[in-house]
This record gives sequence, structure tokens and C-alpha cells, in this order.
Amino acid sequence: MIKDFFLLAINNMKKRKLRSFLTMLGIFIGIAAIVSLISLGQGLQTAITGQFSSLSTDKLTIQNAGTGFGPPGSTVVEKLNDHDIQVIGRVRGVKTVVSRLLRVVRVEYNDVTSFNYIADLPEESDKMKIVYDSMTIMAKEGRLLKKDDRGKVIIGSSVAKGIEFDKEITVGKKIIIQGREFEVVGVLKESSSFQVNLVIIMLNDDVADLLNIQDEWDIIVAQVETGEKTEEVAKNIERAMRKDRDLKEGEEDFSVQTPLQAISSINQILNIINIIVVGIAFISILVGGIGVANTMYTSVLERKKEIGTLKAIGAKNSHVLAIFIIESGLLGFIGGLIGVIIGASLALSLSSLANNFVGTQIITVQLSIPLMISVLVFSFLMGILFGTIPSYQASKLRPVDALRG
Amino acid sequence: MTKEKIIQLENICKRYKMGDSIIPAVCDVHLDIYKGDFIAIVGPSGSGKSTMMNMVGALDLASTGDIFLDKINIEKLAESELAQIRGKKIGFIFQTFNLIPTLNALENVMLPMIFQGTPAKARLERAKKLLVDVKLSHRMFHLPNELSGGERQRVAIARSLANDPDVILADEPTGNLDSKTGAEILDMFMELNKKGKTIIMITHDNNLAKKAKRIVYLKDGKIIKMHG
Repeated sequence: MIKDFFLLAINNMKKRKLRSFLTMLGIFIGIAAIVSLISLGQGLQTAITGQFSSLSTDKLTIQNAGTGFGPPGSTVVEKLNDHDIQVIGRVRGVKTVVSRLLRVVRVEYNDVTSFNYIADLPEESDKMKIVYDSMTIMAKEGRLLKKDDRGKVIIGSSVAKGIEFDKEITVGKKIIIQGREFEVVGVLKESSSFQVNLVIIMLNDDVADLLNIQDEWDIIVAQVETGEKTEEVAKNIERAMRKDRDLKEGEEDFSVQTPLQAISSINQILNIINIIVVGIAFISILVGGIGVANTMYTSVLERKKEIGTLKAIGAKNSHVLAIFIIESGLLGFIGGLIGVIIGASLALSLSSLANNFVGTQIITVQLSIPLMISVLVFSFLMGILFGTIPSYQASKLRPVDALRG
Repeated sequence: MTKEKIIQLENICKRYKMGDSIIPAVCDVHLDIYKGDFIAIVGPSGSGKSTMMNMVGALDLASTGDIFLDKINIEKLAESELAQIRGKKIGFIFQTFNLIPTLNALENVMLPMIFQGTPAKARLERAKKLLVDVKLSHRMFHLPNELSGGERQRVAIARSLANDPDVILADEPTGNLDSKTGAEILDMFMELNKKGKTIIMITHDNNLAKKAKRIVYLKDGKIIKMHG
């Protein structure tokens, strides 16, 4: 019998297409919003934390930081230098210290000039290994840089595409950086971190030569001894550098970051955005649900005579209740289904737009099946919930009154 | 030969509350309807015919008095039990046909069987047979708004027979039909009566009433005369 009621409900919706569509509009807009935002949000979160896949939990990043507090001249911004490497190296719990340069340079290829990031590679083999490991770099074509590879570079996958140069850059080709020729010996495999995809790597001596850099570093990476707590070592480094630079706490012109810190603050922001956005979507679903209630209520009023007839031909109160509740549940469910399909398509198209814009696959939308199924169940239940009162009223109508019309 | 009583109204009084006053629609009514009867309940508008019909058809309960349907006192039943009895024992035919507008003729005839739990295949077969009986098999898949008045009433007759009830209760069955079609419908009732169905017909038309075997005259809520 319940199956027959479902068929009756579907038949009713088919015969009242416009009204059913308008009712479901409110629901599927809200559901589409939720599905697309959650899928995009999760994809974005994965993309962003993927940027940090190059950092592992045992590595600390020390960078320059401006202070901006206090009267001018009261704080001197001292760039990271070789002396700092010594200070950090002496801190308890620090195993190895690797210093890195990260700059923007002028690149010429195929008669087109563009700007690109370069990152340096230390020549000492143990430090070189740390950098390669930490960036999970692998060569797709050619090979990685070795010691003595002066005048040679390896490039990230997006650089190799050569979109800004109108020509692909392959192994063996020569590119001109800051007026000097370099040979490409390797192309890196595509990484989840877009920084890796967009970088050109050369040996440290080449960078220093090219840009006239002496005793200056952009990033210092400190590897923590196994068994030591990363947060504690971070504090030790802060203390050591503060003392060395004669700075008060809170007035540091450097920052020591643990990878977890970086991820957690971004995650916090993402979570807040997520909550706000999903909250808005839920409000819109609520409004959609009110639309269902309104439609069902109107439906009951319009079909009063029909209800009376149903009772006259033998329908019990419970049958009438079931018929109307199933109808409103189906309105919710089908609205939810349309919403899921629209939401998923929206998420996929928006992310592919974003990826095309950035030039690399940074956002991969994760359409989670459990999410979609729970959304469908939720919209079915919501349809039922909002249809309950009108359906109950329908079931309680006295046949005599109902037939009177 | 004692005929079996199928519907009994004993000392029925039905009162309605209109604002502050209580108005008796029907009172002091005592009526026995026997199996196989073809009875017409006649009266001008306002005489209480509809009220009588509602009580006879277990659509409404009396304010005082008892109503027996097949020896069961329906005054004591809950609405869900009443509904079951209605579905099984009484077939309704309304002046305004009251077909479900979103269902075609076949689906309308099958509907009463759904509420009795009849399996789908049996429903379909029986509905088709009934539509053949009322000579509407060629219009089976049409919606009510695609059918003429007479055709709609025939679908309603087929529907009323769906659960093979003992009693057919028809409220002004030819009220919305032209005389020719009305006569055809009446012929169908006489056929059904010959086959053993109890027919109770409410009408304001004396000529129509004369086609029945028994006539009950109502005026101002009371039975004033009985024929047959």
C-alpha cells in the first residue's frame, strides 16, 4: 500500500509540474549551495594543506619579519644571515640547518620575457638531500640537480608548460635568467604544492652570483632531532635568536614557525568561512522548507473535496496522512536530488575555472558520496517535517465537512 | 420471507450548532433498509436529505440514536474502522462525480481497492472489467476532464463497485446530467439492483424517485410518507 501511495504522490507531482517545481526551487537552491560549498571548501582545504606537504612535522621555518611597532629606528630589521645559521645550529634539539633563497627573476625564452620564482639548492649533499626530501621533488623528465651543476636548472611542471612563453620548455633547452644562459636538465613531476610547480631551481652559488647576494638568506629551515618536541625546539630557537639580537619578547624581527602552526591558523580561517557559508545555506534550506509547508497547506485546502472523497471510498485517517506526508517528503527529496546534481556540477565547473586561471591543478573537488547521500536523506526528512502539520490536518478532516468543499 | 436488514436508523436525531442556536436538521427518524432494496429518499432542498445520506453512508454520526450497518452499531466505531466499513460495504456516487482529477478513469476505479490492500494485478483486472461493464473500456486512460458528464458518472459507478459492496449510495446521481444520459444511468442502477445490490438514491426529482421500488418522503427533517 505504501508503494501505491508513493506512486500516487509521484503522479500528483507530475500533474502539477509548475507548482511542484516552484516549491522545490527553494529547496534545491539551498541544497546546491551546501553541496557546492562543502565540496569546494574541502577541495580548497586539501589544496592549501597540500601546499604544506612540503613541510614535515620535524622541520621549523625561520623567516624575516618586519615589526612595525615602536618609534622609527627603535627596531632594526636584520636580515637572516650566516651568523644566524650558527646561532640556530647551536640550539638544543636542532639536527641540521638548511638555508634557502627564494627570489623573483627575469626569464627569457622564445623571445618572450617573463618573471618567475627561483629557489636555490645547497651544494652540500646532506643539505641537498633534505631539500629534495622536504619538497618531495621527483624528476618527471631528465634528472635532478647535482653538486657541480653550475649553469643548469630544473623547472617545475607548470613552468615547463611554457604558457607565458608560447613554447614548451623541455629538457636540453636553454633559458636566459637575468641575462645569463642556463640549461634545463630536468622537469619536475606535478606536485600538490603549486609553489613547486612554479619554481625554477638552481644551485646556491649560481643564485648568489646572479643576484649579487652575500651573507643573506630568505628562509632558514631547522630539522629537529628525533625525539625532541618540535614546539619546544621552536621556542629554544626564538630565545636564542632574541638573545643574540638583543631583542625583547614581542619585538622579534624574525618568525619561527612550526608547520602545524601555519596549517592550523589557515584551517581556522577556512573553518570559520565554512561555518558562515554553510549557515547561510541552511537558512536558505529552511526557507525552502517553509515553501514546502506552504504548498502542502494550500494543497490540502484545494483538495478538500478530494480528501473527503478518499475517505468516502474507504481511506482511513492514517492513509490520508501517509499520502500527504509522502508527497511532501518527495518534494523535499527530489528538490534535494536536483540540488545535489546542480551543486556538484557547480563545484566542478568553478574549480576547473580556478585551476585554469592559476595555470595548475590546485583545487581538486572531492564529491563525497556520504555527503550527497546524507543531503538526500536530510532533504527527504525535511520535506516530511514541513509537511507534517498540513498532512495531519488533512487526515483529521471529517468526511462530511470535506465533501462540502 | 423475512428480508435481511442491511441499514437501520433508530430514533435518529441530528442537530447542528449554528452560532448560538442549535438547529435540528433531521429528527424522529426511524428507517429500515433491506438487502436488495431500491429505495429513493425524496424531498425539497433543506428537507434533510443530505444529512440522512451522510448518516446512512456512515459519513457522519447522529447526535442521538443508533445507526446499524449490517448489524454493527456504527455509532460505537472509531473513524478508522468506519472508513474500512465504508470502503467494503458502501459504494458512493456523488452528484458532482468527485473523481480524482489527476487520475485517469482506470486509476480512479482502482483507487478504492488500494485502501483495502488488494494486490495490483487483481486491482487492474477488476477495474478493467468494471469499465467494460459500464461500456467505457475505450476511455480507460482518459482523465476526468477529458470525459463527458455521463462518462464521468459511469466511471463513478464503476468505482463504487470496485470493492463489490452490498450497498450503493447515490446522491442526486443524475443532477448534473441531461435527461437522456440520466435515464441511461438510472437503467444501470436498475440492472445493479436486479443483480442483488441494495440501491439507495437521494433525489429531489419525484419522477426519478418513481423508478425506485420504495420511496421515503422527507420534509423539514422528518419522514412524512413512505411508499412500497
